[in-house]
Amino acid sequence: MTRLLLACLIPVALAACGGMDHQPRYDSYERSSLFPDGKSMQAPPQGAVALDDPAWSAALENRPAMGFELLQRGRERYGIYCSPCHDASGHGRGTVPARGFPRPPSFHISRLRAGPSSHFVDVITRGHGVMYSYAARVAPADRWAIAAYIRALQISQNVPAAALSPDELAKLGEVAP
Amino acid sequence: MPQIFTASADTRLRAALLLVVLAVLGAGLLVGGYMDSSYATLVGWVRHQPVPFSHEHHVGGLGIDCRYCHTTVEVSKHAGLPATHVCMTCHSQVWTGAPMLAPVRDSLASGRPIAWQRVARLPDYVYFNHAIHVARGVPCVTCHGRIDRMPLTVRAKPFQMGWCLECHRNPAPHLRPPEQVTRMDWSDWNRRPEEHRLYGDLAVKAYGIEPSKLDDCNICHR
Repeated sequence: MTRLLLACLIPVALAACGGMDHQPRYDSYERSSLFPDGKSMQAPPQGAVALDDPAWSAALENRPAMGFELLQRGRERYGIYCSPCHDASGHGRGTVPARGFPRPPSFHISRLRAGPSSHFVDVITRGHGVMYSYAARVAPADRWAIAAYIRALQISQNVPAAALSPDELAKLGEVAP
Repeated sequence: MPQIFTASADTRLRAALLLVVLAVLGAGLLVGGYMDSSYATLVGWVRHQPVPFSHEHHVGGLGIDCRYCHTTVEVSKHAGLPATHVCMTCHSQVWTGAPMLAPVRDSLASGRPIAWQRVARLPDYVYFNHAIHVARGVPCVTCHGRIDRMPLTVRAKPFQMGWCLECHRNPAPHLRPPEQVTRMDWSDWNRRPEEHRLYGDLAVKAYGIEPSKLDDCNICHR
């Protein structure tokens, strides 16, 4: 009987605690009165090396093998991070330049066709002109994937007819005689 | 011996009992109604924000993918609030003098974050992981609503336990191809109901989702 009574008291005791909604702990994006910048999510001290830093920079230095999966990943990442300015086809007529952002160069100019893929990785990493760095948003392996997809885009707009298979040539003839 | 009860005592007792019953029922209705009301769930309530950020403009108008700003949604339990430099990627060039954006520029200059008011917040006793939901193909719109039609961001769903469980007990109809997870308009998904039902059932099998375990307490309360 006493046990039953005690059990009945548990909800009362719990209700008295309250604040289960906001427990006394810091979540990532919460405000903090402890640190001078007001953030609970503190940046690592200057010069700190993360455990995965070597893997991170290795991924940036070593170009992954070209393949269908890399292109697919590149297409997805390009759609997320690049297409707002560079547009889906890489001509640089995205929705953001349409609203007044300086228009980026097309990927289909001879300078960018001739340049190495590492140039695109470099621009994503460091930014270029008015383009901010995307290092915080695009992981190193994804930068190579995007560069690979830009190559595919370039080919899509500039391929000699001789490089096409007879089948593709026939299709092309149907569309543009 | 004198009468203890008056002639009307019986009637009064019945009336009192009736009142008690009505009071209990009324209180139940009131509390239940309150819990489900938008006053408690905050559905559709706009919170005051330092900058009147419009998802309608950025998502609906410009067609920017959710992940452009919410970069950690695929790899972390948090979707990620964008750092100020993400805003400034465009706004260093566009709307540079707009008074509306002054808090963004101040934040970049001072290094202090913009104090956004959380809209889609879960209580601290709930564990929720964005990455797994996105990877399995629960689209953003399922929980966050048509964010591409919100000039000011509001909570679209009640975020109550019953609502979570609706999906956890029967996930198949809610699953979509993960590569289209940020798509907002799924109105054509049920055009071929039998095919899409098949998709859900197969996805549940392929991902090894076990609905019988998805409503275990410690899935969300850990």
